[in-house]
Amino acid sequence: MSDSTAKLSPQNEPLLSVRSLSVEFGTGQGPFKAVKDVSFDVRPGKTLAVVGESGSGKSVTSLAIMRLTDYTGGRIVGGEVLFRPDEAAAVDLVQAPDSKLRQIRGNDIAMIFQEPMTSLNPVFTIGNQIAETLILHEGLNMRDARLRARELLQKVRLPDADKLLDRYPHQLSGGMRQRVMIAMALACNPKLLIADEPTTALDVTIQAQILNIIRDLQAEMGTAVIFITHDMGVVAEMADDVVVMWKGEKVEQAPVREIFAAPKHPYTRALLSAVPRLGSLTGQPLPKRTPVMVIDGGEPKQVGDTHVQDTADYAKPILQVEKLTTRFDVGKTFFGRVTHRVHAVEEVSFDIYPGETLALVGESGSGKSTIGRTLQQLVEPTSGTVRFEGRDMAAMSQGERRRLRQQIQYIFQDPFASLDPRHTVGYSIAEPIVVHGLINDRKAIERRVHELLEQVGLQPQHAKRYPHEFSGGQRQRVCIARALASDPKLVIADESVSALDVSIQAQIVNLLMELQERRHLSYLFITHDMAVVEKISHRVAVMYLGQIVEIGTRQAIFENPRHSYTRKLLSAVPIADPERERAKMRIEGEIPSPVRPVGQEPAIHRMHEVEPGHWVAIEAEGLRGAA
Amino acid sequence: MAAAQAASSSRSRFKSLELVLGILFAGGITLAVLLSPILFPDGGESMDLMARLIPPFQSWDHILGTDPLGRDVLARVIVGGRISLTVGVVSVLGAVTIGTLVGLVAGYHRGITEIVLMRFVDIQLALPFILVAIMFLAVLGAGIDKVILVMIVTQWVQYARLVRGSVLALREREFILSSRAIGVGSGRIIFAHILPNVLGPIVILMTLNVANNILLESSLTFLGLGVDPLIPSWGGMLADGRTYLQTAWWVSVFPGLAIMFTVLGLNLLGDWLRDYLDPTGQTSK
Repeated sequence: MSDSTAKLSPQNEPLLSVRSLSVEFGTGQGPFKAVKDVSFDVRPGKTLAVVGESGSGKSVTSLAIMRLTDYTGGRIVGGEVLFRPDEAAAVDLVQAPDSKLRQIRGNDIAMIFQEPMTSLNPVFTIGNQIAETLILHEGLNMRDARLRARELLQKVRLPDADKLLDRYPHQLSGGMRQRVMIAMALACNPKLLIADEPTTALDVTIQAQILNIIRDLQAEMGTAVIFITHDMGVVAEMADDVVVMWKGEKVEQAPVREIFAAPKHPYTRALLSAVPRLGSLTGQPLPKRTPVMVIDGGEPKQVGDTHVQDTADYAKPILQVEKLTTRFDVGKTFFGRVTHRVHAVEEVSFDIYPGETLALVGESGSGKSTIGRTLQQLVEPTSGTVRFEGRDMAAMSQGERRRLRQQIQYIFQDPFASLDPRHTVGYSIAEPIVVHGLINDRKAIERRVHELLEQVGLQPQHAKRYPHEFSGGQRQRVCIARALASDPKLVIADESVSALDVSIQAQIVNLLMELQERRHLSYLFITHDMAVVEKISHRVAVMYLGQIVEIGTRQAIFENPRHSYTRKLLSAVPIADPERERAKMRIEGEIPSPVRPVGQEPAIHRMHEVEPGHWVAIEAEGLRGAA
Repeated sequence: MAAAQAASSSRSRFKSLELVLGILFAGGITLAVLLSPILFPDGGESMDLMARLIPPFQSWDHILGTDPLGRDVLARVIVGGRISLTVGVVSVLGAVTIGTLVGLVAGYHRGITEIVLMRFVDIQLALPFILVAIMFLAVLGAGIDKVILVMIVTQWVQYARLVRGSVLALREREFILSSRAIGVGSGRIIFAHILPNVLGPIVILMTLNVANNILLESSLTFLGLGVDPLIPSWGGMLADGRTYLQTAWWVSVFPGLAIMFTVLGLNLLGDWLRDYLDPTGQTSK
């Protein structure tokens, strides 16, 4: 952690120097130090990535730079933030009066937040919101401000800028909104742009577009960027320098290549070892468990072993899905006639075999979650057949359908939302046992709950605690224990690791794989994250707009992708390797909407087999254009 | 650090203080009211025209003074609690039971059940309370049971609305979905998972309505629609004492204090109960 200011020549004096910054929050248990003694510099025109997992203090640091912590209950208790907008003078933002800060915010330093859904005001048009900044800081009149706003929208490559000016935020997609946010942030040619996880809530292809835009505009306008993220892939693609934060402290700072090539701090090494790397299993047909480094008492420790798993049994499928179609009615006339439908799933067919993991990948709106929910009987299918162990679900009696809910279990994305906050986790885990009448003796149920908790790596005494007393990773373990309680044969994991920090994610993936081996479980692994898919799955099905466009073994899909959408998806994944060529395939275009007027059915792709077990949709001209 | 710890421990002390004061106020008054047949066998009705309007704290026989007919104010306040507490508590319990059930069913099942139930609720809300009360009491006659019935009939809709709203938000939550995915039946989802999560706001509305209904009873009595005006009740005594407020404040102030302490006690108990039911609040204290 060398102090990089010492050897700086005057012309590249840092634009922003953070010195020994400490931030405290008052809590019921007394003040909590979220940021401890953090120092770093941002050079003009360069990108500094601040990396860390949840709770590392990276977001608080970024808020403290703008003194926005004043509004979130935080207090800067020490240090200084020197900002040098020009040669003349440096301003210490920690001491600066409010009037000075207002002048700087949005003008010299701009910020983009994670949630493009919530950071735009829903009652104003896009044009008015951008114009507001311009009128405030540049003193333009409404007409000029709108003209500038249009220019800005074009700059972030939004098509149809004229029309967009009069649209409201809810009429835009997530990616478009984030571009509007960037346009607003860049409205006054800021010297410094702070981007707090700007692409985390977006799909990979949209993320790739946004990253490109930020990079291009940065080169064009010479803006320095502080990029807050937890994704090492994004760091490798964007950053010049990296600051790694852990538990409120800066543990390492170095140029990006050095961080990846020779991480010094144990935490950085643990973090990098947990990052799933696309392409790491090339040539390996089976899923492979790899050890994870965890920090135990300040020392990194390897947990688990390298282990190729051969669990799948391709004799007879456990689940057969044939031409499954699920549509939802939206938009009705006054008289109740349906005018539009969401074509969530269209004639999807696939099989899952015992002990096999089938990954269902696709972006938001591709219908992958709807398939999972249809299989779990949470949503009624419109047509098609689902057979579980040879029995048609539609022909099952009420009682059989109930038993099916014991055999198929579902793990949800958000471990914070999927446990009842009013019950102990022991109660939640015992519930499937009680509901299905698997064990009737209280003592035996309790023993079983303790056993399950141990299986997922928790302690039996945790049964008495409430969900809010656990961290995200622990909660997801509880959810897994709950899903296993009824002794299922098939587990549907719906984005079950997407909301977790990478190190936790790696542990949960390992846990899922271990359980698969031990209990011979089948998984339907629904996700958008290609790197996790590579590690865990036997076969992969790629979904686009409600249909499977490519299905095959993982090796076939990753090493020999045939469909243009699969290729696009794979190339959009940020690679955690700064040595790789940065300029990649340009991705343009939004994901089209699956909502269609009644009567306009989508065309069903015809599939053809390119090699044994590897099916690809024959591409129509229209799709090729869109993809 | 130390200051903050002191603050947090004072907060937890305040939490148990809520419970202690709540039991002290609401429980003390309830106990006195329950014991009133033993304490005041005459029911506070014996008059002594020679001892009219004695100010409070002057005579051991009449600690809180006497009213214009020479009746003991203390006796009447405690005896009056029978009507007031019965009306306040029973009406709220009745309304909350019906309203919560309807709200749970309507919110959970949606569809035609919800439409029918909620339109009924809307119609009910559109009718002015006094109109319903007059109609009811004109047909059924006056009496404490009818007063309670009127209150239940007019107030259950508040709970139904409140509960349905919370259920609508809850039923889309992932933990409800995840229970359904596990195979939990509707009845268990409603009563084991949804109900505990809507209790907080219900408890708050209940405590507010107890106070409201104690006063409402006196309005109805004042209009001649309620209980026999000769039987003492807090609301009735407040109304009676109004004319003497200039000369004999104690006639109306003491029943007023009784209402105040009951409501305060119930509010404190309600706050405590809400926090007690919420495990997240419990540990953050």
